[in-house]
Amino acid sequence: MLFGSGIIQGMLVTLKNFFASYFRKADQGGLFTVEYPEKRIVLREHYRNLPVLIYDESPDEPRCVACDICAKECPPKCITVERAVDANGKPLKKPSSFSIDAAICMNCGICEEVCPFDSIFMDKDFEVATADSNKNMLLTLPDLLRSNEYLKKIRPEDAARIEAKKAAKARPAQPVQEPGAGAP
Amino acid sequence: MMESFFVNIKVLTLQCLGPWIPDWAEVLLSMKISMLAIAVLGPLTMMYLTLWERKIIARMQNRIGPNRVGKFGLLQPVADGIKMLTKENIVPQNADKWLHLLAPIAILVPSLLLFSVIPFGRKMTAVDLNVGLLFFIAISSTTTISIFMASWASRNKYSLLGGMRSVAQMISYEIPMVLSVVPVILIAGTLSTNSIVEAQGGFHGLNWFVWTPWGFAGFLMFFLCGTAEVNRSPFDLPEAESELVAGFHTEYSGMKFALFYMAEFMNCFTVSGLAAALFLGGWQGPSVLPSWLWFMIKTYLLIFVMFWFRGTLPRFRVDQLMGFAWKFLLPLSLINILTAGLWYYIPGSAMRFSVTALIVLISFWIFSKLNSNYTQEKRTYVLAE
Repeated sequence: MLFGSGIIQGMLVTLKNFFASYFRKADQGGLFTVEYPEKRIVLREHYRNLPVLIYDESPDEPRCVACDICAKECPPKCITVERAVDANGKPLKKPSSFSIDAAICMNCGICEEVCPFDSIFMDKDFEVATADSNKNMLLTLPDLLRSNEYLKKIRPEDAARIEAKKAAKARPAQPVQEPGAGAP
Repeated sequence: MMESFFVNIKVLTLQCLGPWIPDWAEVLLSMKISMLAIAVLGPLTMMYLTLWERKIIARMQNRIGPNRVGKFGLLQPVADGIKMLTKENIVPQNADKWLHLLAPIAILVPSLLLFSVIPFGRKMTAVDLNVGLLFFIAISSTTTISIFMASWASRNKYSLLGGMRSVAQMISYEIPMVLSVVPVILIAGTLSTNSIVEAQGGFHGLNWFVWTPWGFAGFLMFFLCGTAEVNRSPFDLPEAESELVAGFHTEYSGMKFALFYMAEFMNCFTVSGLAAALFLGGWQGPSVLPSWLWFMIKTYLLIFVMFWFRGTLPRFRVDQLMGFAWKFLLPLSLINILTAGLWYYIPGSAMRFSVTALIVLISFWIFSKLNSNYTQEKRTYVLAE
């Protein structure tokens, strides 16, 4: 017992915290709690949870050409793609069904990495909890389709890179400098 | 106007009802109004003290604290109350049923009685006993019996351990607590809490006992012992969560448990209130604020310090707890009585202040040194060439 000086020091530490919690910012020792349902932390560009398919003009014409590369590369094999055929039985460049088993998907993002047509992307929707966890686990084509605007909203950098690439392809005479290889 | 706001309410009620009721009923009513005020104030204070404590400790730990139920969590105590009321009442099979039921009721009685001698403001002591301080000390120590009753009736070894600790702690801390009050009685020359507050009225109501050396030492000792008396951290050994489940109220659930909590928080308020009355001038203060507000400010400041202790300090070990009471507080409080005597007899304010301050500081230094842990001196070994 050294005249209780240690106790006074400790008391001052808690008092400092008490006042800092009211008057300081989070990085200066204040409160750093983000009260979740009302306030949210802005998600990073490459935050990922469950894949989606992107279409340009209409949901009938997705970017996906049913090449099946994503399904082959998927480590837990959660993707199933079927190619659509026209009336004569001739295969078309789009899927007739595209399903992802959300119970199996491990959110690795490899499908997005390997897709040569910039069609499949990882979504950022993490509030997927439901009352019945056994229902609706198989995401089918209508569940997965999202517009290009949605992609621009959730992944502005990647969407801009893809737009630039497409523009360069449309005008092959003028070589446009490829933006640096963006991380997938 | 604000000064005697509450007194006026009471007087007005009595005047309105006076013509219609007999004289004896008017006397009875006058008592009942004070009783009602206390009976409402006690639980209401307790409810919001729980919320305030959670808020303060949260802030000290860089959290926000309860803020979901109502604005700033102001309805949280109500939600807790409803939860407590609707919870199942579980009585252990081998428990002493009657004692188990009686203990939470018995613990509430002294806590409410203590409110009666607290001077809330000018002319606002509910019962201005001429032995108010003695009454307070006598009644506050009876909570020990209820705690021991609860622990014994539970037939649970953890409860009983908590109860045993409680008894040991209460007996140890009761003595320095009473002895630290003696200087106040010596100087004020009265046992009535209201008169003690009135004795501190000089110098624009700022002539508080805490500004004197004996008052300062006495205040610190009284407050520490008071914290121990109401089983608050760091003296919360009877309910030590990490060691004894919940100590004496392990086997209590629902409203019975809530009653223990209520008693604890009400005691916390009354002890802080008495410390404010005895040493911090109670309702005395510059007349910019009404007297009852002065009292409330001081009391809540002391309660804040209690919460501050809880947010900072780890629990005492049992031997440290006993050692602190018997080897440090007890001799210091005895010397403090001597200091108060010297203060009374030495003429000249500068002279008596310096002499008593010197005695208090030297005795504090001596007892700190005597109580310091033995640490072996550092040795350096020189190997032979």
